[in-house]
Amino acid sequence: MEHYLSLFVRAVFIENMALTFFLGMCTFIAISKKISTAIGLGIAVVVVLGITVPVNNLIFNYLLREGALAWAGFPDVDLSFLGFLSYIGVIAAMVQILEMVLDRFVPFLYNALGVFLPLITVNCAILGASLMMVESDQTFAEATVFGLGAGVGWALAITLLAGVREKLKYSDVPEGLRGLGITFICVGLMSLCFMSFGGIDI
Amino acid sequence: MSAAPKEVLVDPIFNNNPIALQVLGICSALAVTISMSTTLVMCAAVIFVTTMSNLAVSLIRTRIPTNIRIIVQMTIIASLVIVVDQVLKAVAYDISKSLSVFVGLIITNCIVMGRAEAFAMQNGPLLSALDGFGNALGYSVILIAVAFIREPLGSGTILGFEILPTTANGGWYPANGMLLLSPSAFFIIGMFIWAIRAWKPEQVEEAEFEIASNVQYREAM
Repeated sequence: MEHYLSLFVRAVFIENMALTFFLGMCTFIAISKKISTAIGLGIAVVVVLGITVPVNNLIFNYLLREGALAWAGFPDVDLSFLGFLSYIGVIAAMVQILEMVLDRFVPFLYNALGVFLPLITVNCAILGASLMMVESDQTFAEATVFGLGAGVGWALAITLLAGVREKLKYSDVPEGLRGLGITFICVGLMSLCFMSFGGIDI
Repeated sequence: MSAAPKEVLVDPIFNNNPIALQVLGICSALAVTISMSTTLVMCAAVIFVTTMSNLAVSLIRTRIPTNIRIIVQMTIIASLVIVVDQVLKAVAYDISKSLSVFVGLIITNCIVMGRAEAFAMQNGPLLSALDGFGNALGYSVILIAVAFIREPLGSGTILGFEILPTTANGGWYPANGMLLLSPSAFFIIGMFIWAIRAWKPEQVEEAEFEIASNVQYREAM
């Protein structure tokens, strides 16, 4: 249990998707002007990461990795080069299914998330988390915890940035830095703050 | 939309830069700029994938059903990235290890997807390939410039050759460890954006709120 807790905390704070690995930056910067939309997108990312990382873990362990097809009678087959294609396929399919399920059973959440759901397919944080899961060779339970933790960390980061930007728009920024420029510098400062978690070892 | 080939190629480099103006493809870019060699490999990979995917998408653009175009584009891009990844693993294994997940993340690099969707779906194969090449070049210019600041100041070398002898090796330059950390890339890109916008003022964004100018006591009455 302790192991999973520390994995979760590590994924949220120490190895924050957005601020230490720069993943999901495009959406992170484009959709962080208002706190309410940032929270909506954050929740969607948590849900999608929580589903796709464990599913990709199953696919990797039982279909793609070297010797994984032993149960089907092909012990020598190594399909790991098909990884990228399978993961992105799973992600695209999951997002589509999630969209249909939400539309049918939880319409209020579907309306709240709106256009953000399809956008999530091309969010690098989602694919990045799956690739990291494969790199660090996690078990199914670890992958589930890691996926959720990575999602929560990303959601936390985008909500914080949206809070900063909501205040920032009232300030007098030099002309050339207005908008994109000052946002980059803010993200840099936030990322510095998150580095202070770096020394923690649980 | 018909533009001259030269404009299509040169425009994205400074006037319509994918990173500094379109906010595309920042995702996988920043973490690889610590050293020049990984940056160059990453740029070459992105240039190859963007050019080829634009070409391929443009060639079959009239045959793709609109509903599933995203999946089709994704499949083309992912296949190209698999090719790049396998080649890197075979030719430059060390660099492919240090790039780790970031080669795979070219798939979700918004430049590739964005250009396929915005340009290649409407234009002919040759123009599309040029557009992909130009945009990837604009991305590379920023990446190489960032790496050019980070590597010498952070570890005193360029492409592994020592240019600033660091104190750790008995030289005079105390290496600035801050530039090896991820936040420095954000500051450097922020400054670049500032520089480009100072040079080309038409890119400056509108302020959402104007601060009222100070008024004299008598005028205020």
